[in-house]
Amino acid sequence: MDHLNSYLVLSAILFSLGLYTVVTRRNAVAILMGVELILNAANINFVAFSKFVTHNLDGHLISVFIIMLAAAEAAVALAIILNLYNDRGHINVDEANALKQ
Amino acid sequence: MNLNQIVTDLSYFLPELILTAVLLMVIIFDLFQKAETSIRAGYLAIGGLALVTLALFGQDVSAPQGIFSNMLAVDGFGRYFKVVVSVGAMLVMWMSLNSNELKNRRVGEYYVLILVLVLGMFFLVSATHLLSIYISLEMVSIMSYLLSGYLKEQMRSNEASIKYVVFGAFSSGILLYGFSLLYGLTGSASIFEIQAALSAGAISPVLLLLILVMVLVGFGYKIAAVPFHFWTPDVYEGAPAPITAFLSVAPKAAGFAIIIRFFNVAFSSSGNPNMEAWSALENMNWQAVIGLMSVLSMTVGNVIALQQSNIKRMLAYSSIAHAGYMLLGVVVADQTGISAILYYAAIYMLMNLGAFFVAIHVKNAFDTEEIEDYQGLGYKAPVLGVIMAIFMFSLTGLPPTGGFVAKFYLFRALIEYGDLYFWLALIGLVNGVISLYYYMRVVKAMYFGKMEIPETVHNAPLNITILLVILAVPLLFAWMVGDPLSAYTQDAVHFFIN
Repeated sequence: MDHLNSYLVLSAILFSLGLYTVVTRRNAVAILMGVELILNAANINFVAFSKFVTHNLDGHLISVFIIMLAAAEAAVALAIILNLYNDRGHINVDEANALKQ
Repeated sequence: MNLNQIVTDLSYFLPELILTAVLLMVIIFDLFQKAETSIRAGYLAIGGLALVTLALFGQDVSAPQGIFSNMLAVDGFGRYFKVVVSVGAMLVMWMSLNSNELKNRRVGEYYVLILVLVLGMFFLVSATHLLSIYISLEMVSIMSYLLSGYLKEQMRSNEASIKYVVFGAFSSGILLYGFSLLYGLTGSASIFEIQAALSAGAISPVLLLLILVMVLVGFGYKIAAVPFHFWTPDVYEGAPAPITAFLSVAPKAAGFAIIIRFFNVAFSSSGNPNMEAWSALENMNWQAVIGLMSVLSMTVGNVIALQQSNIKRMLAYSSIAHAGYMLLGVVVADQTGISAILYYAAIYMLMNLGAFFVAIHVKNAFDTEEIEDYQGLGYKAPVLGVIMAIFMFSLTGLPPTGGFVAKFYLFRALIEYGDLYFWLALIGLVNGVISLYYYMRVVKAMYFGKMEIPETVHNAPLNITILLVILAVPLLFAWMVGDPLSAYTQDAVHFFIN
């Protein structure tokens, strides 16, 4: 079980770093990288639990799907960010304030 | 699980198969169209969805089924939401054909994206496995990001989609982390086995609360409940108007479907939501958490809606409040509570789509979204004015409209459930009074105050008038005792359990 704990700690650290990145960064690409950290933290959890707790392939399978979905989401998000850049010449989310508060 | 089983399960999957075929057909059809004729794809998509709706009604759900190794459930509950979603999508496509925002551009992909969004919601309302829940949620989210940014040369639309994607990706990441903990601590990803493990006490209450909060972040963002609502006003204002109308109705209904299914199965002590009495796990009080979210959503949504001058933004905040009302039913979550939510979801679809469609047409015809500029609309365009007034009365919840009946069912479910919940119903009622002020401001602008009587009367094109009448008429007759929708929602509260 010791092994499991070290994986869980690693994933908790990754999750916290991701959370911190999303909350503090203004750059849209950096925020996206923070989200990727969170998703990968979940991936580590799924694989570790699958290996040490459930002893089947469910978790591995789920993490493969997550990797695929993360790629799809990143593709869409990058396209949207590119569009924002073409429009304004920057990609800072906190300066995107044309819509009134 | 062998191949024969998959083939057998496919027969329960007919509506989704038809929908997939339709959307592939629309993609191929669109390849052969020029930009100016690409609107034909919209007609094809509407026809296809009509076929899907027929297939849904033809589906036999008397014996609930789990298909594809219990990844998805085919039951009355899921079928009800699928019908709501596909009817809503048809109405929105109908209005999209008349939208000025979408004129003079290629719109083939627009309809394809809506169809994929509908397919995602079909999966979401029937998902019974952490993996299928997550995949369908992402399917819905990614299509919503794309659609809200569809007018890509417009700054507002870009901004709407960037805000949506940042909030959406973040909250679905947190949801996923919660799911990974739930998977590890219960040892399974199927919500039925999770229920068995939870009621055997596999997780300490503190951890369970942490997981609950993470899961609520993901689901709460989908239904735009406070405190996960920050994206709502900006996205709703910036997105193309028909998409705003659709996002405020269909993904919200689908979000409620998955909340009800997930919590009623995974977090209940019996794991059997078909039973008359319903109870949460002993060591956690998630009814208090949901009740708090509901009160916050109603109050925040209504109070901020008071200060809005733009009609789309006003409707955006009011949709947060309506999510709050529907959450009242989730607090109860027994037979009457869930059927009240089902009823509310259908009525809300009619009245909210209607209000948005009138706003779209006013934008087309008079080029304004400000409530002030609705001054005298009741005389300038009498038919439009009367229909808008019906939608406003119904959204407020005044008798004898459908909105009143829907709220009545919700409050009745709360009061019948216990004395403690009487207070929640009272807060809901007070919020109804607050919302009276801002909905009636639209009616007041249309009919009262100083205005000159115009010489020519503006009439909406025939097909828009027909569409609006289709939406308004059911709202007027919903009060009739024993109306068919109410009976239908009673039947629809029937879940697949393993």
